[in-house]
Amino acid sequence: MEPTRLSPAAASVRPASRKPGPPAFARRIVTFAKQCWRDRLSYLFLAPFLILFSVFIVVPVLMAIFLSMTTFNGIGFPRFVGISHFIAMLTQDFVFMKHTLPNTLKFAVIVGPGGYALAFFFAWLIHQLPRAIRDFFTLALYAPSMAVGVGLSVIWVSTFSGDRVGYLNNILLRFGMIESPVLWLQDPKTLMWVVIIITLWTSMGIGFLAMLGGLQTVNTELYEAGRIDGIKNSLQEVYYITIPSMKPQMLFGAVMSIVNTLKAGEVTTLLTGVVVTPNYAGHLINNHIEDYAFLRYEWGYASALSVLLLLMGYGLMRLSYRLFRTKEDE
Amino acid sequence: MRSLRKVTFSQWLLLVVLTAIGLFMFIPIVFLFNNAFKPLNELYLFPPPIFVRQPTMQNFDHLFLQAAAGAVPFTRYLFNSVVVAVATLAAVVLVSTMAGYVLSKHRFHFKSVIMATVMISLMFVPEMVLIPRYLVVSGLGLKDTYWAHILPFVASPVAVFLMKQFIDQIPDALLEAAKLDGATDMYMFTRIVIPLTAPAVATICIITFQLVFMDVTTSTYYTTKDTLKTMAFYMTSFTINIPGVAAASVGAAIGLLMFLPNLLLFLLFQRKMIQTMLHSGVK
Repeated sequence: MEPTRLSPAAASVRPASRKPGPPAFARRIVTFAKQCWRDRLSYLFLAPFLILFSVFIVVPVLMAIFLSMTTFNGIGFPRFVGISHFIAMLTQDFVFMKHTLPNTLKFAVIVGPGGYALAFFFAWLIHQLPRAIRDFFTLALYAPSMAVGVGLSVIWVSTFSGDRVGYLNNILLRFGMIESPVLWLQDPKTLMWVVIIITLWTSMGIGFLAMLGGLQTVNTELYEAGRIDGIKNSLQEVYYITIPSMKPQMLFGAVMSIVNTLKAGEVTTLLTGVVVTPNYAGHLINNHIEDYAFLRYEWGYASALSVLLLLMGYGLMRLSYRLFRTKEDE
Repeated sequence: MRSLRKVTFSQWLLLVVLTAIGLFMFIPIVFLFNNAFKPLNELYLFPPPIFVRQPTMQNFDHLFLQAAAGAVPFTRYLFNSVVVAVATLAAVVLVSTMAGYVLSKHRFHFKSVIMATVMISLMFVPEMVLIPRYLVVSGLGLKDTYWAHILPFVASPVAVFLMKQFIDQIPDALLEAAKLDGATDMYMFTRIVIPLTAPAVATICIITFQLVFMDVTTSTYYTTKDTLKTMAFYMTSFTINIPGVAAASVGAAIGLLMFLPNLLLFLLFQRKMIQTMLHSGVK
């Protein structure tokens, strides 16, 4: 249904047949309103989603942006302070510059691309298997991402528990690789790595399934053609044929991977039981936000931090769109 | 599978390697299952065995007794979780199918704006809007109601996005033919679109269920009454705050109870889910 567009002839006839009516601007508004009325069913269908979407996502985000420029403790009225929170973040927040930012960067650089690459790699491996047994492996690799909350608290805590009963300590002690139990979750040197390993373990999520689906769409004739064109090994095959053929799924996987990376933070809280980890060892932006919002009640500053997080996410998304946009720009 | 030479040796090698990886990934899950049925003395064995030797239902008894002794019986948390999950799933599926259908097959003003907003909002991390969302929820007077559990999840950009991409695959010709036969939008939606979107519905159910069922934010921040909190909250509060013997036993049981529904749903829908993923890349 193309919005009603007048042919040049009709456009020239119509105004002439009228009296010097309302100005063009008003007429355009009337047309617009008429078209909106004609599409009322579409808006009606969209309404439930749009209302909830606005109330619970758009409005909170706008409020977050506004709050980020105020001081607000949740009780008094917000006081406008402009961009001073952002300046303070960069110049005065010692913890943020010394711990949060480096931790987040280290975490994001390893877990983001790492988890993404792993997801693709495993999806690709599974795709090489006979169809009949693929499902079992899909389940085995996807299961961890279903078990996040559960697996974390029940299993990983006991694996990395700092006493001799902890699985890892137990094994390492038995093989004589360490002499006394390591406090995996309390030692600032190891906590971050534990968090990274656990996050990688859960990273075969929905992006992984998308890629698995994507691999099935690749036209197998392309591989034959590629071999004639001089593709020698499967690495080249993946790079020149597989990945370009499943760009949409790769993009979806990338977006999901970014979201997951930025969402991280509850892992450290679940592992150690506290928001602020010992010596800020596992302190990510989300922990910082939670610290300021729910321990110190400096909601303005916490909002400024979350706006920063949004900007980072948006930047990363633009980057991945640039990398994986289909050429025809469908 | 590509050339005959490859099928024999490298596929076997691959199978062995992948089985090893798969088993490794799956160990915690296997452990989770076994743990739930271990008697107390086995829960504290040294070294901790992965497999249970004398399975018992003792932990589940503990779970129900322990919680029954408290102010709020465990069954209340269970009930809350079930009500919230079922209501949210139904609402998300309905709302996002309607939105996806319109965004995919209708033409109207603002369509590109809405689509762009939805795409950007895929990036929103819930933690990011935790504070303003709290203000909205309490401002609307939704605190301490089931609505606070349900409504925020119904606005699911991922679900709408997946749905729209999937409905894009339904040929326009099909709908136009129906329209020529005099079908109304409502008829086309209920008789053509909804039956065809079953795989996408499966996917959305799995994602949403995981999100809702595991969510502790709502229980922590939007509800003050214990009678309105969910199982996920009960589990986290239990495993984090109460160390010791009782926690180990109850934790093992509740861990399995939390994981099982996810697993069942996934097993039920796995085939359909991957089918959706064929279509639902970002285009």
